[in-house]
Amino acid sequence: MSIGQTFLGLLESGPRHGYDLKKTYDDRFGHARPLHYGQVYATLSRLLKDGLVELDGVEPGEGPERKRYAVTSAGVSDVELWLASAEKPEPYLQNTLYTKVILALLTGRSAADLLDVQRAEHLRLMRELTRRKAGGDLADNLVCDHALFHLDADLRWLELTAARLDDLRRQVRA
Amino acid sequence: MTGQPLLEADGLHKAFGPTKALDGASIAIRAGEIVAIMGPSGSGKSTLLHCLAGIVRPDSGHVRYQGAEISALSDGERSALRRTQFGFVFQFGQLVPELTCLENIALPLRMEGVRRREAEARAAEWLDRLDLADVGRKRPGEVSGGQGQRVAVARALVTRPRAVFADEPTGALDSLNGERVMRLLTEAARETGAAVVLVTHEARVAGYSDREIVVRDGRTRDIAREMEGAL
Repeated sequence: MSIGQTFLGLLESGPRHGYDLKKTYDDRFGHARPLHYGQVYATLSRLLKDGLVELDGVEPGEGPERKRYAVTSAGVSDVELWLASAEKPEPYLQNTLYTKVILALLTGRSAADLLDVQRAEHLRLMRELTRRKAGGDLADNLVCDHALFHLDADLRWLELTAARLDDLRRQVRA
Repeated sequence: MTGQPLLEADGLHKAFGPTKALDGASIAIRAGEIVAIMGPSGSGKSTLLHCLAGIVRPDSGHVRYQGAEISALSDGERSALRRTQFGFVFQFGQLVPELTCLENIALPLRMEGVRRREAEARAAEWLDRLDLADVGRKRPGEVSGGQGQRVAVARALVTRPRAVFADEPTGALDSLNGERVMRLLTEAARETGAAVVLVTHEARVAGYSDREIVVRDGRTRDIAREMEGAL
């Protein structure tokens, strides 16, 4: 799961403080596993060093200074590339895909396109495993079948999500 | 794509009453290629297969087989094309219940005018090839679903067609029998050089194809090719 690219996507709607980013991330994508502050600031300082975000302002507060971050055009390109590229298929990747779908809907990009790209990547691996089964013994077949059924479950999730995109878009952007 | 495709559809539109089944669908299939047509229920994938096979005439657009326009052919010519060049496997075998499995396999040859003895001898070779030696004399009602689908595969391939159209061929089978049917269908198609146009909503079935085309709302997308193009 890429926290950095998710932050970049969230910053596209406007500059935010680190705390706001953490809160939005936890609300939308945390799934009861909120980010540590250390993770938030380490990620932001890496994005800053890489030129993907820039400081938009510093405000003095009661505690430490509050820095406001804005995404740069390089940061927008980075999140765009991330959304457009398929994830390496493996079991339980839904969390990353879920984040990508929601982020695409939030930022007005095509969630259908990213689901299509992911389907193609899953099917590419499924073909590879199907070919391997043809040349393998029964034990090898069982190993491949295990992977194939998990990939199949992912694909069913992709299809169902694709069918629900219109409703999801309305809810996310409400 | 290099060379002329075996089968090509370009800008197909087809409506059934107010319902648009195809809305500008295009696809090209090379000789010997196994292509899966995927998409949700009602997306138009079966209509696309029926247009490609000359069963349904599109309202507009072109379907070409070896460069010749199929929709320009008369009903009789299209029927002859289907009989001699194409094979079909459907979800439920659609075997003739009164004939034995051997006679069912021999039927397309008999319709082409091949003598009974020769037709049945050629059909018997397919019985062996698809592990069906025991069912030749049985009627479709007396064999299992998996055996019936393998008989349907044999019937589709007995004329050595250039293209086999398979519409959800494993839809009524359990995983093990579905796998056996797909393995035999694709191996036999590769051996005989037949292209396979495979309509399925099951990813595990699409795993037997060389590539997939996605149909959504009557339009086609070749994602893998788009991804290659983007690199």
